Amino acid sequence: MMGSENEGFEEAHLYASREEMENLVLDDPLNNNGNDNNNNSNNNSNSSINGKSYSAYRSAMSSLSDTHHPLSSPILVTSAESDPLLSPPRFRDLRNPNAPESSYIEPPAYSDVIFCPFEGDNVSDVNGVESPSRNSDFSGRYSRSPSSSSSSSSSEYLKITVSNPQKEQENSNSIVPGGNTYVTYLISTRTNIPDFGGSEFGVRRRFRDVVTLSDRLSESYRGLFIPPRPDKSVVESQVMQKQEFVEQRRVALEKYLRRLAAHPVIRRSDELKVFLQVQGKLPLPTTTDVASRMLDGAVKLPKQLMGESTVLAPHEVVQPAKGGRDLLRLFKELKQSMANDWIGSKPAVVEEDKEFLEKKERVNDLELQLSNASQQQDMGETLGELGLAFIKLTKFENEEAVFNSQRVRAADMKGFATAAVKASRFYRELNAQTVKHLDMLHEYLGLMLAVHNAFTDRSSALLTVQTLLSDLSSLESKAEKLEAASSKIFGGDKSRVRKIDELKDTIRVTEDAKNVAIREYERIKENNRTELERLDRERKADFLTMLKGFVLNQVGYAEKISNVWAKVAEETSGYEKESS
Amino acid sequence: MISTNRTLSGSSQSPRSPSSQPPYLSVSVSDPVKLGNGVQAYISYRVITKIVIRRYSDFIWLRDRLFEKYKGIFIPPLPEKSAVEKFRFSAEFIEMRRQALDIFVNRIASHHALQQSEDLRTFLQADEEDVQSKVSDVVLGKEKPVEESDPEYEKLKHYIFELENHLAEAQKHAYRLVKRHRELGQSLSDFGKAVKLLGACEGNSLGKAFSELGAKSEILSIKLQKEAHQLLMNFEEPLKDYVRAVQSIKATITERANAFRRQCELAETIKLKEINLNKLSLIRSDKVGEAEMEYNELKAESEEATRLFESIVRLMNEELVHFQERKTLDMGIAFNEFARGQARLANGIADAWRSLLPKLEACSSS
Repeated sequence: MMGSENEGFEEAHLYASREEMENLVLDDPLNNNGNDNNNNSNNNSNSSINGKSYSAYRSAMSSLSDTHHPLSSPILVTSAESDPLLSPPRFRDLRNPNAPESSYIEPPAYSDVIFCPFEGDNVSDVNGVESPSRNSDFSGRYSRSPSSSSSSSSSEYLKITVSNPQKEQENSNSIVPGGNTYVTYLISTRTNIPDFGGSEFGVRRRFRDVVTLSDRLSESYRGLFIPPRPDKSVVESQVMQKQEFVEQRRVALEKYLRRLAAHPVIRRSDELKVFLQVQGKLPLPTTTDVASRMLDGAVKLPKQLMGESTVLAPHEVVQPAKGGRDLLRLFKELKQSMANDWIGSKPAVVEEDKEFLEKKERVNDLELQLSNASQQQDMGETLGELGLAFIKLTKFENEEAVFNSQRVRAADMKGFATAAVKASRFYRELNAQTVKHLDMLHEYLGLMLAVHNAFTDRSSALLTVQTLLSDLSSLESKAEKLEAASSKIFGGDKSRVRKIDELKDTIRVTEDAKNVAIREYERIKENNRTELERLDRERKADFLTMLKGFVLNQVGYAEKISNVWAKVAEETSGYEKESS
Repeated sequence: MISTNRTLSGSSQSPRSPSSQPPYLSVSVSDPVKLGNGVQAYISYRVITKIVIRRYSDFIWLRDRLFEKYKGIFIPPLPEKSAVEKFRFSAEFIEMRRQALDIFVNRIASHHALQQSEDLRTFLQADEEDVQSKVSDVVLGKEKPVEESDPEYEKLKHYIFELENHLAEAQKHAYRLVKRHRELGQSLSDFGKAVKLLGACEGNSLGKAFSELGAKSEILSIKLQKEAHQLLMNFEEPLKDYVRAVQSIKATITERANAFRRQCELAETIKLKEINLNKLSLIRSDKVGEAEMEYNELKAESEEATRLFESIVRLMNEELVHFQERKTLDMGIAFNEFARGQARLANGIADAWRSLLPKLEACSSS
């Protein structure tokens, strides 16, 4: 398509479409630098970015994902069909060998070097600036940074892809004909981790399975920063077009699973393994199974209130009190936390929480600003429109020229317009890169939620311990009172003695539970700590990578844009005003 | 208040415009000052040959007088009257208007025919009380004159009308581009602040890098605002000026059509009078004398009208050459300014970001 437009500038239609206009201008033989790909329809989807909010960011991301099949190689492909908005030009060809003007050696400029650190094999050193660590297996989207996979043992990989959504029928014994349909996704995994006992495999899962996986992980790995799963978004599923919704969900699922795979502990978990590998029905207890214990809880409550079997079994202690299941426990712990507040003993965990929340605020704000700064999109668009207006003017003047001065002006305009259109493309490419950086920040924000949850795990575990402690102390004082009372009666009080024995049993069990609870609390605390360390390390590396990428992009594109205009300034230098 | 002072003597004409006499006037328009109160407030400007004070409506008066007296010549355009009250006194608007008025007066002063005008002399030299400040807006007829059948002239008219559309569109985008620069400047400023805050709570070398990033962003924000202003004055304004010039030509086209119509009407009327005269002389009526007088008067008028029309045509043709040459020059300058400004801006951006890289390097190695 590129070559076919290479006719004389003056011959084309007066009212050619915008894309044709741009192609016409750029097919200027003296300025052919490899990136004259057709601006395809993604032009429009990118211009829908108003650069103001997460939703804008999101729409940008979805438009980027539209053109990129997840199973294909890195975004920056070389094929002619690739969207030039996603792929930076091939810089190796940047300096046009045909250009007669380049008779002097320029110092290596950033514009000549690939400066997208997201790309696997194209990063190179620029004036001693070291490229960020590369992960040659790193494909497609820039989810969790390359550095995180290199921080764990670098020879391991676990690559997950979500694809191929399909409608399936629930083969239940429902009365409704047609039954209940749902969507399944193909989850393909490639790995060299031996635990998996296989290197490539795939299963079909539905969203409900993902919810199950997520719930089970939260229970098993309290205290860790577990990436949050995609929303159920019931409303959206009604409102959006089915296809759009399914695609959006597919993207979200893939991101989620990849984040899980990037977590050094979770990637080894049984839950994840089972999810990725076991064919057929997912063999994890579903949340409904767990919730059926709600009935048990409802049955238990009256008994508990009557004072019977109040014992908290040790194995139950390992989980936080959940509504439905442990109503009484819930009440007790609530009472305890209120007591805490009254005394004013806030667990240390709260302070750390606050600091993180503050940081989260800042990062949120930063993301907003960064997306504003990426308004270079608008700049590019307006500049492009200006260029097009002048292209039309040029043709007009040429067609209607009566005086030579008009032809001269038309030639000047053409030079200007060509430059404007070129510069506009550069701005838009730059913007596409910046959007990727935003993605990184957004990952970080998503992580904040995981951190918050991990801290919540800790504080609820602490609450359990405190509640048990106060339980114990009240039991023990009860026992003391009974003993004191029964010792006053000669020969003993048979019923009282029995009560004391029962109480002593209860105390023992509660003591056990307390110990378990304490151990659990300590375990969670330790998880928090190691995770914080890991986060600190990775975050710093990630941020730096992002910053460097962002800055390198700015420099490189600024240089290119400067060159474009320097040429025009040169060409029009005859007109320069004496007084400036 | 802005007190920039631009003096353009007529000798800044390019070598391309051949037929300009060396001017005897050197004029400058400067020192815009707001005078009066409330509804009657206006801006006054110093017009320096001798120093006189004029207001915007005085410039309009001058243009109207010239337009009436010098048909066929493209009277240099005036900047628009702005309808929006608030905007009228904004610093930028005043500066833009001052510049346009300065150009207006100097163009007149350097035009070989217009510079002879009595009205110009009055404008430049008469004391304030003597200058009539009639605010009369020239209504630019948009109707396309129909009668002349000269194909080349048709082509010209078509060209002029089309040109206005193209230019208006280009100017629209130019104005938007100015806005984009301002917006981007603002975003970068906000971004810089946000990044600085983030840097403050990071601490250590990463925090320092963030702070640097923030500082650079703020610097760039200022550069962007500057460039926005440059674009406004040196690119968008010349485009607007171009549009106005075309509109001025349209007004001349209307004048020409009017002159042509008058000429035709008179020709028609004369024919009738001639027939009538012949009829009368044939029947030897005593009204012959009267009719003959009328006929001769009409004949004189008709010749006058023809002369006027022909002079308009001639002048227009001459003016057109100058107009095209002048515009090529003006646009060339505008493009040059634009390109230099953009290159300067881009270089500034590249430098600012580049200086950040070693600091980022220092972070990752620590």
